[in-house]
This record gives sequence, structure tokens and C-alpha cells, in this order.
Amino acid sequence: MAQLSSTLLYIAFVLYLIGTFFFGGTIRDKRDRSQTSRWATIGIIITIAGFVSQLGYFITRWIAAGHAPVSNLFEFTTFFGMMLVAAFIVIYFIYRTSILGVFTLPVALLVIAYASMFPREITPLIPALQSDWLHIHVTTAAAGEAILAVSFAAGLIYLIRVVDQSKPSKRTFWLEFVLFCLITTLGFVAVSSAFSAADYEAKFTWVDKTGAKKEAIYDMPALVGPHQWKMEKESAGRFEPLVEMPALINAKKLNTVIWSLFGGIVLYLLLRLILRKRVAAALQPLVKNVNLDLTDEISYRAVAIGFPVFTLGALIFAMIWAQIAWTRFWGWDPKEVWALITWLFYAAFLHLRLSKGWHGEKSAWLAVIGFAIIMFNLVAVNLVLAGLHSYAGS
Amino acid sequence: MEQVKCECGHVNPYGTVFCESCGKPLDNVSKPLLDMRYEGSARRSQTYNKTIIDKIWNFFSSVKVGVWLIVITLVASAIGTIFPQKMYLPPNVTPAQYYEDQYGWAGKLYYQLGFDNLYGSWWYVLLLASIGVSLVICSLDRFIPLYRALNNQGVTRHEAFLRRQRLFSSTKISDEHAFEAVKDRLAKRRYRIREENGNILAEKGRFSRWGPYVNHIGLIIFLIGAMLRFVPGMYVDKVLWIREGETKEIPGTNGQYFLKNEKFVFETYQKGKDNPVFNAAIDRAGNGAVAKKYQTTAVLYKRVGPVIPGEEPKLKKVKEYKIRVNDPLKYDHYALYQVDFKLNELNKMSFQLIDKNTGQSFGAVTIDLHDPAPSYDLGKGYRVELLSYFPDFYFDDDGNPATKTKIPNNPAFVFKMYAPDKPKGEVSFVAIRQTIEPFGNNKYKMAFAGIDTRNVSALTVRRDFTLWILGVGGAIFMIGVVQGMYWNHRRIWLKRLDGEVLLAAHTNKNWYGLKNEIQTVIAGTGLMMPIDQTEAEKKEVQGGNGHGATQ
Ligand code: HEM
Repeated sequence: MAQLSSTLLYIAFVLYLIGTFFFGGTIRDKRDRSQTSRWATIGIIITIAGFVSQLGYFITRWIAAGHAPVSNLFEFTTFFGMMLVAAFIVIYFIYRTSILGVFTLPVALLVIAYASMFPREITPLIPALQSDWLHIHVTTAAAGEAILAVSFAAGLIYLIRVVDQSKPSKRTFWLEFVLFCLITTLGFVAVSSAFSAADYEAKFTWVDKTGAKKEAIYDMPALVGPHQWKMEKESAGRFEPLVEMPALINAKKLNTVIWSLFGGIVLYLLLRLILRKRVAAALQPLVKNVNLDLTDEISYRAVAIGFPVFTLGALIFAMIWAQIAWTRFWGWDPKEVWALITWLFYAAFLHLRLSKGWHGEKSAWLAVIGFAIIMFNLVAVNLVLAGLHSYAGS
Repeated sequence: MEQVKCECGHVNPYGTVFCESCGKPLDNVSKPLLDMRYEGSARRSQTYNKTIIDKIWNFFSSVKVGVWLIVITLVASAIGTIFPQKMYLPPNVTPAQYYEDQYGWAGKLYYQLGFDNLYGSWWYVLLLASIGVSLVICSLDRFIPLYRALNNQGVTRHEAFLRRQRLFSSTKISDEHAFEAVKDRLAKRRYRIREENGNILAEKGRFSRWGPYVNHIGLIIFLIGAMLRFVPGMYVDKVLWIREGETKEIPGTNGQYFLKNEKFVFETYQKGKDNPVFNAAIDRAGNGAVAKKYQTTAVLYKRVGPVIPGEEPKLKKVKEYKIRVNDPLKYDHYALYQVDFKLNELNKMSFQLIDKNTGQSFGAVTIDLHDPAPSYDLGKGYRVELLSYFPDFYFDDDGNPATKTKIPNNPAFVFKMYAPDKPKGEVSFVAIRQTIEPFGNNKYKMAFAGIDTRNVSALTVRRDFTLWILGVGGAIFMIGVVQGMYWNHRRIWLKRLDGEVLLAAHTNKNWYGLKNEIQTVIAGTGLMMPIDQTEAEKKEVQGGNGHGATQ
């Protein structure tokens, strides 16, 4: 069952990839756009097939584990990717815009690839997680975040279309930065997969801030070593750290971040070398036919649909569960606070749009920032600001 | 202030921008399109600005101020997550020391700025309160006039009103049929149709306009609920440490309830015993390292009769329950939650009284470490007296034995051993792995014979009368957002004027949907599809063409 489950996830991943290319094919399709082209029809069918396959992964894994697979970082992030595809499918049937697929599906692919860098085994539930509210809260929150992420995809399309690429400016810089972040995620996936395929491992002993001896196992060559590191005998000959970190800093995580950045920069520079212009400028022709008002509307509509779902899942259900599991509905745990921040941010977004008339480009930038906050909560808060939500992958 | 009478006869409050009934602009607004957001109604904040009350009102009713408050709260909240808050520090550390040790100068600064208790700081609470005030004022400022305006809106609208809508078209048409067809189709699409002098107002989803106000009310109720927590009696939050076999009064219940801890159970996931799909994960963490269950098997008792000081309470059994994480025991608005535990706390200790030379034993003594007896008679003239007991023993600054706590973490005893040949007794100081004979060499010795341990469970006792208020607030908030977000308020006006049909439409959001709807409704009737005048306006700006699309 568990094996079948992984296979289904793999199939889904491949189908999303193929789906992306079919949606990409619609761009060159010059026929009347009021009529959905054959490319788009095939694209959406493949996407739905991928979604069904991923649903199969979800259900079989649920059966195998005896609990909904949303209980560790791998499972949660994968589920988020699945919800992103679901949200895209729904929005596609409202607005019939295939260009949205060209941007949403790659983001979903990245999310799933990123997820699979974490330990993938089925984990038993610790007592704090043994509650139906775990499933209810996590699934609804992920669905809300995914719908909000569609708004990011639409916002990104809007920005790529409108930002003037003829001369460098603040706008071109930040747009390029957003794309660079996406590419860096790919960099992380590429570097992690490469070293894990090579079975790289280096063991160190080091001294933590209390003076205790600890062991650290690196799965990437250590550019930065832990405090007072010593390489263990069995790892002799492995790459030796260039810099030693103070005990305050988690050197292993920093090392991963450095490698990912490194991978991202290499990929980005390669792209620039091939394209000979900004990445956003190279993407611009793809979106030259999109209807700006419609894109803006989709971006806003996604927030309008996603905001209530997010509120329900990430705040209300979370509070109900916290009341049962931790005796109080709110405890100012970093993960909770970041959910509150996300919520406040989108509230501000809605007010600015409704009352200050922040439509179009401003609204698109806000959609991008909102997604950045969601990703921060998903990635950084789990890995850096440890809290009660013990999803911590190693 | 004086009211404004429109030429259609409707009397509008002072400050109205366009007539509530017919929509004729009352002042000389020069913008081509009417600002429809609050139906041109007279909002207090836009009308008065003299007294200090006006100014406060205007300040808090401004969305700009509201957004700033939200953004400041957002940034402040983020700052609070940089380092752990004081409540998450390990026990027994001094915060000042801890922040500096763990996070260096940045931690020290964080502590000095008071960010270690950011969410409880006066200014953070003030921010939340200001958002609350702002919510109340801005909602009142808008809701009442908006309600009035929508209630008073007429069917027959002034030509200028229609022409200055975002979606507008005029068609020269004589066909009566078209009008009827459109009316039918609108009715099928669940528009409420009102007719007057051959003009039509089709409207649907007006209730979605109240969404924001409903959700703001929900938020206010929630905030009030959160503040009520500080009212005495609304909220009980106590911790009860209870050992296996013990019966204790539950704190915070005024002596009404007692709890017995029958047993505390701690289980971990085991390879071979649990679902084999977990094996890989168990291997990663280590066998027996992943917790599976924390459970206190408990019996709840209620006191019968009044509280009489100094007398044992009479208890009546109320309920047996297995209290687990995620599954509290609930009774009479109280809830008991499993929150912590301590395994294998020392409970009893046994010693043998032996002759040091021969090793012969004269009987065993078992000491209850929580309630030791002063003396133990072993018969045949052998007796042991407990002169002093230090449950959590250490040597204080003067080198004397003392105890840190009352918990038997490291028990030590001063025994006096009596035997037929030692009628005056011998004194011996006995601690774990250490015996001191203060008055020289003894003949007898208390030899360690064994320990008995038991588990201790920690339960949080909670009673919270604010929860239902928070629940109501949350529910109202959700209803309000869904109402405002998943529906929208659409209106379509049709007016006959000199052989022409004027068609105008307005929605508060989702213009795309409205346009599609109009398209299907007028298809084949000969009516012109309305032009989106904001788009026309944009093109005009870009093209520099001075010809207005609005006339
Ligand atoms: C965290 C706090 C708040 C939340 C979650 C919230 C939520 C909302 C939502 C969801 C809407 C509907 C937006 C839309 O339909 O696009 C709305 C509208 C509105 N909110 Fe808030 N709000 C908050 C605070 C405030 C504050 C402090 C003010 C005060 C200035 C305010 C003033 C308004 C106004 C004027 C509207 C528009 C009503 C209308 O034009 O129909 N809100 N709010």
C-alpha cells in the first residue's frame, strides 16, 4: 500500500509536468481565444488525471498509516501542492485561462519536489497530534493557502506583463528577485537530490553552547562546520569545512541554505547566459496576449475565495484544536503568530483594494508579498523558529 | 444642518453626494464616474470636522488609519517571533541572563526593549484595542448611511446617474419585446425586479453588502471575549501535580472537587508491536523514542456536605475517566488536561538494620518518603527512630544538611538505631550511596534494601466562561466574510428616455461576472452591451484623446 502510494505520487508529478507543457502550447496557438484550444483541453485533462493520481496517493497513504497524511513536513507540503492544483482546476473552470496553468503548475511541481526532500517515511502520531482536528485544521489551512497561492500566480503573470523591461528599475529588480527565489527552490531540490543520489555523508563531533559534545551528520559537503568541529574517523577524506560557526548557529542548516543559494545562483546565471536578458523579460512574450483586467480579477477573486477558507482553517479550527490539545486556544507560538500575520496581511490587502482602489499592479505586488509570507510560515518557521508545531524535519 | 431637497422630491441628509432616490448628483463633482462605494450617502466622517469628537471619529473611521493599525500590529507580531517569548523559556532561568547567553547582544537588546513579553505589553494590547475602536467607528460611519441609501433608492434614476455608471450603454430601440425579454431573463437569474413608469431596477445579493459589517461585529465580539478573560471568575487556570494512588483537591474548584490518580500510563511506539509502516520512522528516532500515549486514569469525586476545616471531606464518586492529551476530562464547566508528567518519582525506600560485622539482619524498615513515620519498631528490642529527614538533600553554605524542595529527589535521613546491646542508640546519617557516622564507629547500620517508585502526572485545571463568546464572535465573523466574499451585490437599471433605452449596471465586486451575465441577458434583444467606462477612461489616458467616453 505504501509502495503504491509513492508510485501514484510519482505519476501525479509527471502528469503535472506534461500538463504544464500542454498549457504552454496554448501560447503559440493563434486561434481565437474565446474558444478554448485543443492544447488547453488536453492540458486540463492531464492536470485532472494528475490530481486524481495524487488523490490516490493521499488515500492509499491514509489507509496505510491509519491517519490522514498531513502529519509531517513532507506530507503537509505535498498536500499543499495538491490543493494548489485543485484550486487551479477550480479557477480554470471559472475563467478558462490556460496561461494560469503555465504558472501555477510549475509552482505546484516545485512545492512537491521541495516536499520530497524531507524524510518521507510514514510517521506515527505523537499524542498531541492524535486528534481529528489535526486533519480538519491542516487540510483546511492548506486549502486556504493554496487558493491564496493562485492569487500569487495570477499576480506574477500580471507583473511579468506590465513591468517595463526596457530599462532596469526597482520593479524589474524585485520581479527578478521573485523569480530568483523560485529558481533557488529548484536549486535546493537539485543540490539535495544530487548529494543524496551520491549518498554523501560526513560525520562530525562538535561542542554546543552548554559545552556538551554532539554529533552532526552532514548530507552535503560541509562548507561551514559546527562549533569546534572534528571530523569522525569514518568520514576521513570528506570535504573539510572552510569556516567554523559559533555555537549559537545551526551550522548544518546554514550549510544547506548556502548550498541551495549556490545552486540557485548557478541555475540563474546559466539561464541569464542562455537567454541574454532578464528572466522576466524572457517570459514577457509568453504573456503578451493576456487580458490584464481579467488577470487582476482572478488574482483578487482567489484572495476573496481563499481568505475565508484560510481564516476557518488556519485560525478558527486551529484555535479549537489548540483549546483541546494544549488547554488554551491561543499561545503565541511562532507558527500561530505567523498564521495571524498572514491573515492580517490579507485583511490589509482587501481593505486597500476596496477602499484605496489598489488594483492592478499594486494589487499584484501585494499578492506576491502574501505568498512570500505563506512560504515563510511553511519553510522558515518550521525550520528556523521552532515551536510547538513539531513538524521539524531534521 | 439643513437637508437637501432633490428635484425628484426626495429629501436627503446634509452631506449627500447624489440623491438617495433618483441618483441625481447634488454637488458639482467633476469626475466622470460617480463614486458608488457608499451610494453617495452622507457619512459623518466626510461631513463634519469641527469638534474634537469629530476629529477622533474621523481618525478612527478612516480606512487608511485602519490599515496602518493592521500593518503595525502585523510587524509587531513578527518581531515577537524572532526569539522565544518569556513564557517559552525553560523553567528556572532568569530571562535577562538567558536571552544574553543564548542570543548574544541581540538577545540582550531584545530583552531590554521588552520584546520578551511583547504580546502582553501595554502597547500591543493598545494596538489591538485601537483596531477594535476603529472597527466600531468605521462600521457605524458607513453602515447607517449605506443602509438608508439602499433602502431609499428609487427605481427611476436620473439620466446623469446612469450615464456616470461604470457599465453603461444607450440603444435606440422601439421594440417593446426586448424589454420584456430582458425582464424575464433577469427574473430567471434571481434578480429582484422593481418597475416604475416603465423603468426597471433589477437587483440581487444586496445582503452581501452587509458582509463587512457582520464580520466586523464578529471581530468585536471576539475581542471583547478575549478581554473578558481578565475579569475575575471568568477564567481558571491551575496546575495539579498528582501522584499515582493519591487523591487531591482540585485547585480552583473551591474545594468542591477531588481527583484520584489511579495510574499514569506512558507508552511509546515499538517496533514489532505497532503498524510496520512506522518501522522506518521509528528507526530514525530510535526504538521507544516516539511517544504514543500519555494517560492519567483518574476518578473524579465531589464533596458532599459543607467544608468543615480540619475534617476529612466526604466524597462521592462522580466519574471515571482516562485523561489523555487531546482528550480532557470535562465536568461542570471544568476541564482537566493532561499536560506533563514525571516518571518513577521515589515513593518508598527500604532499609535493613544489620550488624556491620556479621551482616545479620534484624528486620526491615520501609519509609514512605512523602509521609515518613517517626519511629519503626522491629521487635525483640530493635527499633529505629527517624531524627531528621531531608527529601531533596544538599549541604547548605554552612556545610549543614538541608533540603531544596519537598520532593524526594535525593532523600537523606538521620536515623537513631536502638538494639538490646545499644540502649542509648547509635546515630547514622544515610543518603544515597553515602553513610556518615557522626559519633564514631557504629556497630549497626541501615543497609539500603530497595526502592519503590511511582509516576506523577500533571494536569491543567481550566474553566473558561469566555469560550462561548469567542465561539459566537468567530462564527459571526465567518458568516460575515462568506456573505461579503462569496456573493456580490449587482444592480442593473433600464430606463426609457426619448425612444432610447439607457442601460447601466453596478456591482461591488466581480465585474467580470456581471459583464458575462449582462451579455447573456441581453443576447438577441438588440440592446447594446454596456461599455466599461473605466477601461475607456484608461485607454483615453494612454491615447491622450480628449474625447470623453462618458457623455
Ligand atoms: C483585523 C481586522 C479586520 C478584518 C479581518 C477585516 C475584514 C474585512 C473584510 C473581509 C472586509 C470585506 C472586504 C471586501 O469585501 O473585499 C472588510 C471591509 C471593510 N473594513 Fe474591515 N476588517 C478589519 C479591520 C478593519 C478596520 C480596523 C477598519 C477601520 C478603518 C475596517 C474598515 C472596513 C471597511 C470600511 C470596509 C469596507 C466596507 C464596504 O465598503 O462595504 N476594517 N473588512
